[in-house]
Amino acid sequence: MLPGLLQQARKHGVLCRVPRLTAAIRGFASSQSEMTVRDALNSALDEELARDDKVYVLGEEVGEYQGAYKITRGLLQKYGADRVKDTPITEAGFTGIAVGSAFAGLKPVCEFMTWNFAMQAIDQIINSAAKTLYMSAGKISCPIVFRGPNGAAAGVAAQHSQCFAAWYSSVPGLKVLAPYDSEDARGLLKAAIRDPDPVVFLENEIMYGQAFPVNAQVLDKDFTLPIGKAKVMREGKHVTLVSFSKMVGYCLKAADHLSKEGVHCEVVNLRTIKPLDKDTLLASIKKTHKMVTVEEGWPQCGVGSEIAALMQELAFDELDAPVLRVTGAEVPMPYAANLEAAALPQVDDIIKAVKKVLG
Amino acid sequence: MALPAAISSLKAKDGLQLGMSVARLFASAASQIKVEVMPYKVHRIEAPSNIVETNVPELMSFYKLMYKLRRMEIAADMMYKAKFIRGFCHLYDGQEAVLTGIEAAITLEDSIITSYRDHCQHITRGGSVKELMAELMGKSEGATRGLGGSMHIYNRKANFYGGNGIVGAQIPLGAGIALAHKYRGEPNVCITMYGDGAANQGQKYEALNMAGLWNLPVIFVCENNHYGMGTAEWRAAKSPNFYTRGDYIPGIKVDGMDVLAVKHAVAFAKAYALANGPIVMEMDTYRYHGHSMSDPGSTYRTRDEINAMRTERDPIERVKKLLLSNGVEAGELKRVDKDVKKEVDDAVEAAKAGTIPPDSWLWKNMYVAPLGGEMRGVLPGQYHAPDFDPEYTS
Repeated sequence: MLPGLLQQARKHGVLCRVPRLTAAIRGFASSQSEMTVRDALNSALDEELARDDKVYVLGEEVGEYQGAYKITRGLLQKYGADRVKDTPITEAGFTGIAVGSAFAGLKPVCEFMTWNFAMQAIDQIINSAAKTLYMSAGKISCPIVFRGPNGAAAGVAAQHSQCFAAWYSSVPGLKVLAPYDSEDARGLLKAAIRDPDPVVFLENEIMYGQAFPVNAQVLDKDFTLPIGKAKVMREGKHVTLVSFSKMVGYCLKAADHLSKEGVHCEVVNLRTIKPLDKDTLLASIKKTHKMVTVEEGWPQCGVGSEIAALMQELAFDELDAPVLRVTGAEVPMPYAANLEAAALPQVDDIIKAVKKVLG
Repeated sequence: MALPAAISSLKAKDGLQLGMSVARLFASAASQIKVEVMPYKVHRIEAPSNIVETNVPELMSFYKLMYKLRRMEIAADMMYKAKFIRGFCHLYDGQEAVLTGIEAAITLEDSIITSYRDHCQHITRGGSVKELMAELMGKSEGATRGLGGSMHIYNRKANFYGGNGIVGAQIPLGAGIALAHKYRGEPNVCITMYGDGAANQGQKYEALNMAGLWNLPVIFVCENNHYGMGTAEWRAAKSPNFYTRGDYIPGIKVDGMDVLAVKHAVAFAKAYALANGPIVMEMDTYRYHGHSMSDPGSTYRTRDEINAMRTERDPIERVKKLLLSNGVEAGELKRVDKDVKKEVDDAVEAAKAGTIPPDSWLWKNMYVAPLGGEMRGVLPGQYHAPDFDPEYTS
C-alpha cells in the first residue's frame, strides 16, 4: 500500500520538494514489505491481465477453484470467465487450443497443474509452439506462456516429481525461465507474458509459500527482469555455485555454513535456463576457477551437464578442477520420506561437493 | 459471351478473391442454374436443401481453380520423381472440390488450418503456384523461403495457419484460432481440416469437447478419403461415420467430389457456427495418389477402385459436364486448360531456376525477440546470434 501511495503522491507533485521525507518513506516501505512467491505470481498475473486485454489465463481449476495452488486466486472474479478459463482435464486439447489462439494473436497464459501433466501436451509445446515461427519463415509467432510447478514437491512420488528443465531447455524456439524468490517470480513472469515468444515457466510448489522482502521497485506494475540474465545472489572468490529455483536457497544456506569455515562461495541464480547466461558463468569461473552445479533433475543430460560442457569448452584453462554436478539421484522418486530425501540434493550434499572440488 | 470473358480476365489480373466477388455480383445478371446434389446426411441438425444455385461464371471459376490445383499436384509428382523435391510430398489431386467449395463459401477473413496435405491451400489463400513449387524445391523464393518444405506452408495475412506435420495436432490449434475470432468479436470461423486417420485422435475429442463447452466458431472438416495412409477406414475406425463422431456436436456428410455440394454445405455450416458454435463436416472424397510420394497407393486399394473414381466421380469432370451442358464451348475450356498448363509449367521452370537459401538463413526467425541469446552451431565455439527478419533481407 505504501509504495502505491508514494507513486500517487509523486504523480500529483506532492513530496517532490521533500526529498528526505520521500527517502524515509521509501526506506520504511522497503524494509517492511514481504511477499510470498504465490502472491508475487498472482500480482504479476493480475497486472498483466489489466495491462493487455489480449492476455488470458487457462488451465485446470484456475477460475472457480481459485487455482490448485491458489496462484490465480481472485482473477476470475476480477476479469471474468472469458479471460480466466477453467478447462477440462485434457492437456493435449487445451494446450493446442491455447497455442492456436496465440498463433491468431492472443496472449494466453497456459497453466499446467504440474509440469508432469504437460507431457500429455508436449507435442503442442514443441512441434507447434516452439517451431512454427521458424517453419513459417518468421510469419506466425506464438506469444504464449506455459507455466506451473516443476520438480519435486513433498511425498508426491514418482509420477508427480519430475524436473523438466533439461528437456525444454534443449529446444531452439523456446525460452525457459525458473524463478527462485518473489522478485524473480514477479519480474520473470511479467517479462514472460510480455515476451512475443513461447516461454516455459518452471515454478516450484515448495517455494510458493515462502516469503521474501520486496521493495517498491519490485512492486511497480511495470517491473520486469531481463530474460537471459543470471543473478549473482552472493559474491565469493573460492568456488561458484550455479543453480536455479529451490536449489538456489539450498546453495545460499550452504554458502552461509561454508563462510564460517572461511570458504566463500559465489552463488549464481540462473533465472533463465534458455538462453543460458554464459557471460555471467564465465566471469564467475574466471574469478573462482572452480564450479559446482546444483539441480533436482536427473544427472544424464541435465542442466549441469550442459554447464559443465560449456565451461570446459570455453574456459578450460580457467578451471582448477572439473566442474562437479550435484543432481537428483537417478531413480524414479520414491515415496517414503527418508528415501525421498536421499534421492534429492540436501544442503549437506552441496557442502560435500564444494569441499571435494576444493580438494 | 462477353460477360464470362470479362470476368475471367478480371480474375486473371486481380486474383481469385476479387474475381469471385465480382462473379457473385454478376451472378444475378447471369442466368441461375439449379443443380441437384446428393442429399446431405445429417446428425443432430436439419439438412439444408440439396438444390444448389449456381451460374456459368461461378462454375468457370471453379473449373479453372480445380484444374490449376490438379495440374500443380501432377507437376509436383513429376518433380518429385525427377528428384527436384525431397522428403515428404503429400498430394491432393482428387480432393480439389473440397477446398474449392470451402473457399467459395468463406472469405479470407475466415481462417483455415490443415495437415501436411497443404499445397492447395497456398493457392486458394492467395499464393502463387511459383511460390509453392519453389518451396517444394527448397528455394529461397518459396512460400516459406525454403525453411518449411511441403508440409509447412503458411500465410498469416490470409489467415492460413499451415501446414502441420503431426497428425491431429492441427485440430485443437484450429479450435484455438476460432477462440481468438470469438474473443475479438469477429464474425469469422476457423475451418479446421483433418483426415479420416486423424479423426480417431484423442486430441480431436478434447477439442470438440471444449469447442462445445465454449461455443467456439470452429468448423471441423473431416476430409474422408477413406484411407489413413495405408489403412482403410473400416480397419481404423470402429465407427467410420465421421460426421456423427462429434456426438453432441451436429454433423453433416457431404459428397466431397461435388464442389457445389461442398460450397452449399459450408455456407450453411458457417452460418450455423457463427450463431451456435462448432459443427462437424465429413467430406466424402478420394485421393488419386497414395498417402505420399513414397506410397504407390495400390497395395491397399485396387486400380479398379481408383479408375472408377476417376471416371464416375472426378470433381473437375463433373463441373466440365455442367459447363458444356450450359452453353460453354469445349474450345473455351481447352483455352483455360492451356492457360493453366502454361502457368504451372512456367512456375516449375521458375522454381527450378530459383536460388537456394544462403547459410545465414539457418539462424533467422527462431525468436521474435532474440534478446542477444546465442545459438550454437555444429562445432564448439561456433555461436550465432539469431535475428528476427521475416523479410529475409540479408
